Amino acid sequence: MDLMTNLMPASAEIFLLIMTCVILIADSLIKQSGRLATYMLVQLTLMGCALITVGTHENGVAYLFHNMFVDDLMSDVLKLLTYLAVSMMLIYSRLYLTVRGLFSGEFMVLTLFATLGMMVMISANHFLALYLGLELLSLSLYAMVALQRDSAIATEAAMKYFILGALASGLLLYGMSMLYGATGSLELGEVSNAIQSGDANKTLLVFGLVFVVSGLAFKLGVVPFHMWLPDVYHGAPTAMTMLIGSAPKLAAFAFVSRILVEGLQPLVQHWSGMLIILAIASMALGNITAIAQTNLKRMFAYSTIAHMGFLLLGFISGDIEGYGSSMFYAVIYVLMSLGAFGMIMLLSRVGFEADTLNDFKGLNQRSPWLAFLMLILMFSLAGVPPTVGFYAKFSVLNAVVQAGYIWLAVVAVLFSLIGAFYYLRIVKLMYFDAPESHEPIIFGQDTTLLISVNGLGVLLLGLLPGTLMSVCAVSVQQSLLLH
Amino acid sequence: MFFGLPIISVAIWLPIIFGILVLATGDDKNAPLARILAMVGSVLGFLVTIPLYTSFVRDTSEMQFVEMHNWIARFNIHYHLGVDGISVLFILLTSFFTPIVVLAGWQVIEKRVAQYMASFLIMSGIMIGVFAALDAILFYVLWEAMLIPMFLIIGVWGGANRVYAAVKFFLYTLLGSLLMLVALIYLYNQSGGSFEILDFHQVAIPMTAQILIFIAFFFAFAVKVPMFPVHTWLPDAHVEAPTGGSVILAAIMLKVGAYGFLRFSIPIVPDASHHLAGVMIALSLIAVVYIGLVALTQTDMKKLVAYSSISHMGFVTLGLFIFNDYGMEGALLQMISHGFVSGALFLCIGVLYDRMHSRNIANYGGVANTMPVFAAFFMLFAMANVGLPGTSGFVGEFMVILGAVKANFWYAFAAASTLIFGAAYTLWMYKRVIFGAVANSHVAKLTDITLRDKVIFAILALTVLGMGLYPLPFSEIMHVSVNDLLVHAARSKLP
Repeated sequence: MDLMTNLMPASAEIFLLIMTCVILIADSLIKQSGRLATYMLVQLTLMGCALITVGTHENGVAYLFHNMFVDDLMSDVLKLLTYLAVSMMLIYSRLYLTVRGLFSGEFMVLTLFATLGMMVMISANHFLALYLGLELLSLSLYAMVALQRDSAIATEAAMKYFILGALASGLLLYGMSMLYGATGSLELGEVSNAIQSGDANKTLLVFGLVFVVSGLAFKLGVVPFHMWLPDVYHGAPTAMTMLIGSAPKLAAFAFVSRILVEGLQPLVQHWSGMLIILAIASMALGNITAIAQTNLKRMFAYSTIAHMGFLLLGFISGDIEGYGSSMFYAVIYVLMSLGAFGMIMLLSRVGFEADTLNDFKGLNQRSPWLAFLMLILMFSLAGVPPTVGFYAKFSVLNAVVQAGYIWLAVVAVLFSLIGAFYYLRIVKLMYFDAPESHEPIIFGQDTTLLISVNGLGVLLLGLLPGTLMSVCAVSVQQSLLLH
Repeated sequence: MFFGLPIISVAIWLPIIFGILVLATGDDKNAPLARILAMVGSVLGFLVTIPLYTSFVRDTSEMQFVEMHNWIARFNIHYHLGVDGISVLFILLTSFFTPIVVLAGWQVIEKRVAQYMASFLIMSGIMIGVFAALDAILFYVLWEAMLIPMFLIIGVWGGANRVYAAVKFFLYTLLGSLLMLVALIYLYNQSGGSFEILDFHQVAIPMTAQILIFIAFFFAFAVKVPMFPVHTWLPDAHVEAPTGGSVILAAIMLKVGAYGFLRFSIPIVPDASHHLAGVMIALSLIAVVYIGLVALTQTDMKKLVAYSSISHMGFVTLGLFIFNDYGMEGALLQMISHGFVSGALFLCIGVLYDRMHSRNIANYGGVANTMPVFAAFFMLFAMANVGLPGTSGFVGEFMVILGAVKANFWYAFAAASTLIFGAAYTLWMYKRVIFGAVANSHVAKLTDITLRDKVIFAILALTVLGMGLYPLPFSEIMHVSVNDLLVHAARSKLP
């Protein structure tokens, strides 16, 4: 009984792991025609995880497994949002994958393993736990990208993703080992204390930091470590692109804030300088290159690079305001990117991917409702009010200005202006141009409902963003910097 | 509050809700229903704003009809609305023009009627919100939200080169707005965590910061006005926009920019405003003189009126930045008058365009022979554009020139040249289009305006004449607020 209470903070992870194994076995007994049962089971599992996370929530911070694992408000909020994002991704992709023969047990089990990886990343308080979570997530994603075996482009993407991902993991591990050498600990709180005490070898620390930041930048996909991102987004089946582009960004936010804030906050003056360079380069390259893309998934890949650059700006201020705004930005970005990729999948048919710009031509004439939802999503990604994308940008800019980097805020808004152009182009294609094809758009009721909720959510959150903003601010406040 | 109703909120949300209802009527099968709903919504929208004028207390510069609710607690942002003597007139102008553009698009717009009507209704609500917002972020949100419907209006229902015009319009205005956003955030941090515009008016700011803030605001507002040299989007947008879009652009959207100078630049950074007044006056005079000359050379009627708008708005900014009561009140009256006159002129051109599908002056001639009633109305509005005494155009221009004489004789001298250029380009266009022999067989086949157009033009004509002959109802309401603003502008805010 004692063991049970001790394990309470990690019960959601444990439940998910057990259920994943159950589903893995159960699925091998199910015929392809009964795959829907597996799907329902996965959805139920995610729901169960959500219930457990809410049910076991306690105020304060709880540590587990010799301080390797931490359960705090931020991790609970991020986990709940992760379940939501994964569940939405599954609903969006069910029909799309069924038509392409990819709606298999492996897909769902890998999704759950990836989810578990994200949860570990979100709750890790130790370099090894962080690395463990990251690898669990990455390995699942590599396999998922390669799931469409007969597609050359998908295989190529998986290969690139794997090699560059492994390189990044290597960089990260190398950096961690240096930090371990300098501080004598792998636990984030102790690393922080050791640096603060001033005994640690400064050169070694800064070298370690450079490698860690490079590894993080690789995983986030910010310039100059972004090369893999467009190819993977483009090559992977859209459902996998959606998974890569959504929930893991939440985990990545947690990952960055755990390492840089909880572990390396004393080195803030060093890493914030690096982040400024990474952020500006990402916003510049992402926004400018996106203009030249004709493939929508590639365009969103570059847009992701730009958005991740913007997200990093929140960290630069080095204070709790800024981290809260970054978290808000990550949450909003996930919501928008789910909607955008969902739309691509909705418009795709058997043997046809609606992933070029031309496929969106005249959407307003084919389906005014979908065009309207896409309009909201595009303006939100561009950061135009009254959509919620504006508030994400606004809160990050506020943190940047508060930290005294007014010039940086000006640079950021100028690149946003460039970014607005390519989002605007999609609106232009949908509303001003004539459609190229008049094929009726076929979609399931669940996806239509979901995309409506998703699109309107972006608008309604834009009218009333206060609650979500406060949730992010409070959860960061209660979780980070307590150590 | 009026009979317990939050009247400004009603004025904002009623058109928006009707806009959504109109959208819900769906495709063009239900177009008649969409038109009627839009008409009802816009007329109701106008009626609810009337108490703002009738119950307005004239002898205070305090905000009236104030509504305040918490909105985003984390950043201390409020849903804070209210009007003073300056903004109330613009709200009425906005709600007045919405039924007119709905009526003007009644028959002409045949494709995607519901979306067209809904765009205008939603935009009307948003623009009223811009004029009533007292919280900087609320203002900013509405200010940018305005772009979305206008972008669609130009892009979907516009002319041949509409995509270029729509994108140019959007990006130009977005650039200005984003810089303003940074300035607003800076002010938030300086004011100790408040986004209230009236709190911004009290913050002490050092000179360098004031100048930078002024420049950021300048980009946002000057693009909207538009001032020379950031005016180039306007002719493109006007030419390509449908008639209703041009009317709203000219009558209201341009005023939003000048309103921004009044509400933000001058009271928040008065020292920088005085410091840079010379530049602003120079740019205004360039707009008046140079753009007046540019208008003279236009062959496209819409372009001509667009350039004339820029020239007239130069008058407005001139009046604002000479910092005296004649100038400021004159600028405000000029804004109102220009709203009526330019709106009416674009409607006139719309009438011709719908019949001939050409905006080219050279394709016309002798229209008076086939459309006498129209020619008479067009004459009146052309005269008002020239600034003939007895029309609304005269009052504002005259007051601004008086104010300019007080400031510096040569300002007045340059500004007064508009009376000559304005007369030249307007009347010359009028002559070529309306008078003379019937130019071609198309003109010969023209039919005069319908009853619906007559009603629209009659209302506008009465307003233009009424304001010209008896401007007191317009000037008395703004008087106290303008004086207060001038007092505020004269007080240094250097720390």
